[in-house]
Amino acid sequence: MTMPRASGYFRTRYDDDLRLLDTRMHKAAFGAFALGALALPFLATPFLLDLANQVLLAVVGAVALMLLTGYAGQISLGHAGLLAAGAYTTGILFREFAAPWWVTLPSAALVGALLGVIFGLPSLRLRGLYLAVSTLALHFIVIYLGNEYETRRGFSTGVVIDSPIADARGWYAVLLAAAAAAILLALNLLRTKTGRAWHAIRGKEAVAEALGINIPAYKLLAFVISATMTSVAGCLFAYYRGFVSAEAFSLFLTIQYVAMVIIGGMGSILGAVLGAVFVTLFPYGIERLVASVPTPAQWANSLFAVNYAAFGLVMILFLVVEPAGLVGIWRRLQDYFILWPFKRKPLAASR
Amino acid sequence: MGSRVRGNDDRQVQLAVNIVVLASIYALISCGYVLIYRVSRVLSLAHGELMLLGAYGLYTTASLFSRSPLLAVAMALLLAAVIGLLVYALLMRRMTGESVLAAVLVTIALGILVRGLTVLIWSTQERHPLNLLGWGNASLPIGAARISGVGLAFVVITAALYGGLYIFLRYTHWGIRMRAAGQNPLLAAQRGINLHAVYALAWALATFTGGIAGMLIACDNALDQTMVTIGLKAFPAALVGGLDSLLGALAGSLIVACAEVLLIYYVDPLLSEVVPFAVLIAMLVVRPWGLFGSREELDRV
Repeated sequence: MTMPRASGYFRTRYDDDLRLLDTRMHKAAFGAFALGALALPFLATPFLLDLANQVLLAVVGAVALMLLTGYAGQISLGHAGLLAAGAYTTGILFREFAAPWWVTLPSAALVGALLGVIFGLPSLRLRGLYLAVSTLALHFIVIYLGNEYETRRGFSTGVVIDSPIADARGWYAVLLAAAAAAILLALNLLRTKTGRAWHAIRGKEAVAEALGINIPAYKLLAFVISATMTSVAGCLFAYYRGFVSAEAFSLFLTIQYVAMVIIGGMGSILGAVLGAVFVTLFPYGIERLVASVPTPAQWANSLFAVNYAAFGLVMILFLVVEPAGLVGIWRRLQDYFILWPFKRKPLAASR
Repeated sequence: MGSRVRGNDDRQVQLAVNIVVLASIYALISCGYVLIYRVSRVLSLAHGELMLLGAYGLYTTASLFSRSPLLAVAMALLLAAVIGLLVYALLMRRMTGESVLAAVLVTIALGILVRGLTVLIWSTQERHPLNLLGWGNASLPIGAARISGVGLAFVVITAALYGGLYIFLRYTHWGIRMRAAGQNPLLAAQRGINLHAVYALAWALATFTGGIAGMLIACDNALDQTMVTIGLKAFPAALVGGLDSLLGALAGSLIVACAEVLLIYYVDPLLSEVVPFAVLIAMLVVRPWGLFGSREELDRV
């Protein structure tokens, strides 16, 4: 996770290398962050708390996609379909069997795992573009099935669900725990054999195979883990919204999740978190901007269009100008201060 | 009994006509995907949105030059090609040499940007460029079946365009340069072919053909942002036939259109959104490089 510093801190034992928080600075920063996260519900307005909850939901999904795309190197344009699968599993079980959350949550995870195998099967034969396209097609099929259920049962506007948690603070606690669990799971996975296998596969499949890595198994595992996490996020999403509808899981949602990974920075869990924060808060920022800056009158009426255009523009800018994403900017900032008054790293330390 | 059989026949003729029209819509759109992919190995997922932009171009020129419809159409066609040139020159040119995924994501982002901009400029209101041009869309009889005037135009234009593209790619200098660039960019560049010019030409041709498709769809129904879905649905047609084969795009369009029309008619109208993608998955499982695509493509991707 962390890079060796130029400060004279050297890792001398394997334990040091495996530690999640290695320096005092790290521990202090994490402590401050955790304290802030725990204090937030007591300080924030209901609106801010809702935003925080949305961000935490997005973090779970973004971390899941980051594992798959950023670490295992498998592209998925179908993650909105997986979110939808989790949400619909919850909705259908709730409506048809009045199932409580401790039934729907594991069922959503199970459906996610199953879909992960289905989404992952093409990856055994296909690479790059073709894989992206096959997951895109699966997205449409999942959405179609959800739509079909809604129409057949006459829920033309969507499936309504009662949430077991009523107040926003309770939700905040649950979602914070979910996001923390997702991040911890991801970090731990990446420190194990599995994570290293994914890394090798992402680097070069032929080499990974020569190293004795069972490529189909690890690819499928990446898809299954990612899909399960995403599907659980979908289940939480359904409860949080109290409502499941196919419109919520458009292609745009998939693109938003891909954008979180890209804007955050490929191959970094911190990137997934930053990307989730950025993409979730983006529309609200745009709304503020349109309200405060003089703009043509019709812009205020079609905010979604302003949002679309701005989002597309920002995504293009990141892809063209800053492919390393927010994490790239963050690292460069760190380097600037660590190396000051020098401009760049000495050759030996550059990685 | 006899009349019932007759009725069945009529229906089948109508279905056949519908299939041919839908297939030519898909073929007209999917040749844009094929042209760009074949020449530059970039998959443009903004094709639906660029098609939409072409159609709005026609709407704008039609309201500016409502006196002379032919001039309006000519201007709109020119505009569509220029849009493609601009997309390449301003954006995709920077992505040459980047990973395939990055290029695809840039086109997706471009699509979102364009969709937002069209709403801001032209609003979400339905537009009818055909009325502005002062032309009608009469329904013409073919035997027992009927075809709309624009539907017929679709079939004729698609046939003419594919013929034109065949001749262009086979016999003209620029067409041969395009094929060379697609086959081996490095060798082509070393033999003095200007790759950037060739790629720009491919983008211009793709938005030109896509623009025509967009304009015709706008004339047949109405013009609003939902057109993007049709653009995306044509993509499976291109892939089923093989992403680097124009002949494949024709065949793929026919297969996808067939499956779509028949399943909608005999099974469920809701299927229309999903059939092309189901066909796509079936194809990816059996023969990922498509019916007529070249097989080594997969390793290159």
